[in-house]
Amino acid sequence: MSSEHNSFITEASVDGSDDGPLAGKTIAIKDNISTEGVRTTCGSAMLADYVPPYNATVVDRVLAAGARVVGKANMDEFGMGGTTETSAFGVVENPAAPGHVPGGSSGGSAAAVAAGEADLALGTDTGGSVRNPAAFCGVVGIKPTYGLVSRYGIVAYANSLEQVGPLANSVEEAALLLDVVAGSDPHDATTNDGGDDSNYADAADGNVEGLTIGVITDLLEGADEEVVDAFQCSLDDLEAQGAELTEVSLDSLEHAVQAYYVIAMSEASSNLARFDGVRYGPDVESDGNWNDSFAAVREEGFGPEVKRRILLGTYALSAGYHDKYYKKAQNARAWVKQDFDEAFESVDVLASPTMPVTPPVLGESLDDPLQLYLMDANTVPVNLANLPAISVPAGDVDGLPVGLQLIGPKFGEETIIRAASAAEQ
Amino acid sequence: MSDSPVDPENVRHVAGLARVNLDDAELEEFTEQFADILAYFEALDDVPEVEATSELVNVMRSDEVHDGLSQQEALRNAPETEDGFFKGPSVS
Repeated sequence: MSSEHNSFITEASVDGSDDGPLAGKTIAIKDNISTEGVRTTCGSAMLADYVPPYNATVVDRVLAAGARVVGKANMDEFGMGGTTETSAFGVVENPAAPGHVPGGSSGGSAAAVAAGEADLALGTDTGGSVRNPAAFCGVVGIKPTYGLVSRYGIVAYANSLEQVGPLANSVEEAALLLDVVAGSDPHDATTNDGGDDSNYADAADGNVEGLTIGVITDLLEGADEEVVDAFQCSLDDLEAQGAELTEVSLDSLEHAVQAYYVIAMSEASSNLARFDGVRYGPDVESDGNWNDSFAAVREEGFGPEVKRRILLGTYALSAGYHDKYYKKAQNARAWVKQDFDEAFESVDVLASPTMPVTPPVLGESLDDPLQLYLMDANTVPVNLANLPAISVPAGDVDGLPVGLQLIGPKFGEETIIRAASAAEQ
Repeated sequence: MSDSPVDPENVRHVAGLARVNLDDAELEEFTEQFADILAYFEALDDVPEVEATSELVNVMRSDEVHDGLSQQEALRNAPETEDGFFKGPSVS
């Protein structure tokens, strides 16, 4: 495998323009983000030979800003996983915790930054896929407000939830990369102007004097005790710098993981219908008709977790079950959003541990999919509510990194960047 | 789970709808896992109806011709093409 940690599926060298805010910086691009002329596999055998004819908008923007693309980062297949172990291109080792997973699904992006194989990285975050590996690898990751960053050229998994987000070794660098990629895009009708002319990097000034931080108690209950201790330490540090702490409880969060998975799987079952082996995909011999041929290509091209989610999504949307699962999940999503809006009437940012656990040992997680889904409890509510959140290192438990998650109101990127820069250790 | 609504026939039916062939081992594994996962999703029954105010607006663009991919670029990743077209399996 290419790099020491298998961070990259494809190594590359694509030069950006001579000057710009990212001049001289190297960047890893998650392999579900289209790069013209450089294969883009999504970590799947289905797209092992797929070479996009165009760049995603975010790739054009980092190249125009002067960054050099050094490779396509390994990932869970189609973004479906939290450990990068579902990749068809092998597992990634966590550079900050040898023998452990890097988190996922943007595990290669986080590992490349943590190992110094790239200065910066782009990932995508559908239910935590930037923040989770940032926390596990001890780097910074940002999930922007929905619509802040263009999704044009991203291979879709669950459109209503996902955003492209930056990863870097410091809050300021991650904020600078967000400045470069944020902003409306005529190619993506879901973008808004919230990030036009942004200056997030300047917000990393470490000033939390008078900032009110609400600790989400519901998200401490399921977390490991040592993780909560590390989280508490970084809160104490923020308090010492002038922030004010208060406790907040959001009843809807009890249903967030269920709602997230029903919605994400339903959207995935529809989005991944395009992989039929006609326009791209493996050339599979089949004597049968159209439907038989599709089913044969999809059996060969998709790994187990992708099949699992497509089937469960198909089930949740099928006649007789739509109201029971999908409609209820949409109600839960609206409830979560409402709960957050109410909380932000009295606090500036909300805080929780990014992950309730430390990075699992490689090879120990995939046997029980439901247990893996539960690991996303602290990250998925943010996607359901379309909010911005950042994960910043908050110490470790016996050498295993812990992340502090700070959540902001819609377009509250500057506030969470400011708070995270104060928490940086 | 004995009262589980999931049996191998359900899973095979859904796999058919989704156009994904499964081998016997996958069918058995998925039947067991789906029972657990769907049982977990049952908790959504407790979610109240929520009045959601939609933030969505229509985004329109003018109906103008722009450059798109060339035919050659569009066909480049296809496993099989003929006379400038994608070649798919027979329909019936």
